[in-house]
Amino acid sequence: MRKSRFARSQRMPILNGILVIVVVLVVLQLWLLTASTNAYLGGDEATAIPAAAVSCICLLLNIGLLRYLYRLD
Amino acid sequence: MTSSSSRQQRSSREPQFIGAQSKDAQSTRPQTVPPDRAHAETQPRWRKDFPIDWVESDYVSRRDLIKYVVLTSGAFAVGQAYIVLKTLQNKAQSLYPRSLIADVEELPVGGAKTFTYPEGSTPRLLVRTGPEAFVAYDQQCTHLQCPVVPKVREGKIHCPCHNGWFDLKTGAPTAGPPRRPLPRVLLEVQDATVYAVGVETKTL
Repeated sequence: MRKSRFARSQRMPILNGILVIVVVLVVLQLWLLTASTNAYLGGDEATAIPAAAVSCICLLLNIGLLRYLYRLD
Repeated sequence: MTSSSSRQQRSSREPQFIGAQSKDAQSTRPQTVPPDRAHAETQPRWRKDFPIDWVESDYVSRRDLIKYVVLTSGAFAVGQAYIVLKTLQNKAQSLYPRSLIADVEELPVGGAKTFTYPEGSTPRLLVRTGPEAFVAYDQQCTHLQCPVVPKVREGKIHCPCHNGWFDLKTGAPTAGPPRRPLPRVLLEVQDATVYAVGVETKTL
């Protein structure tokens, strides 16, 4: 079994930091989805593509952080 | 069941604090680390009676939470992609063909006419605001769907039901209960004929 670079006491703050960043990104995505749904239903379609692009970037960041978390073990 | 096997089972269920285990047991069994990391002998009795595996519970639960949050993030991204698909689909299927609605000479300046666009829609209102200027809106008030009346001299559209007012040039609500603008019909004037070419339903 591969030994981790970090001790458990070091991993916990990293893990908590990742959790905070991931939650903030998801809250941002929720806000984007709410705003763009509201705009779409109101007939304004200009916001759909930029909002989707930002949401995808947030998802990629989240996946990257999750991968980092797996590699941390 | 023999007494030795039941003793073995009991011992495997008992909390194994650091400092209280044999070397063999430490290598095979996960260790329970008390929060204060003090020796097993100094731990209170309740902690031995209600053991919690701190290593497992602290670490795995946070990791699982992150996994679920990332899954939620994926669901939000899928929702955004759905909105983009619907937007592109709407653009591909143009619901609004070019349609003749009036001759320029048909309406005097300040005059109005109702029409439907596209076919089968709610009534729309065409208003001639100047010699070459026309505007058209949905005739239903955005408050409670009462028919609105143009007041060309005042530059307003009035809803008599609840005294709502809209700006004649933009369709934006200016007073009264309505909060959303009147949907606007896009017009083109060509060869003394007024054509409807689309509907703008922006709410902001």
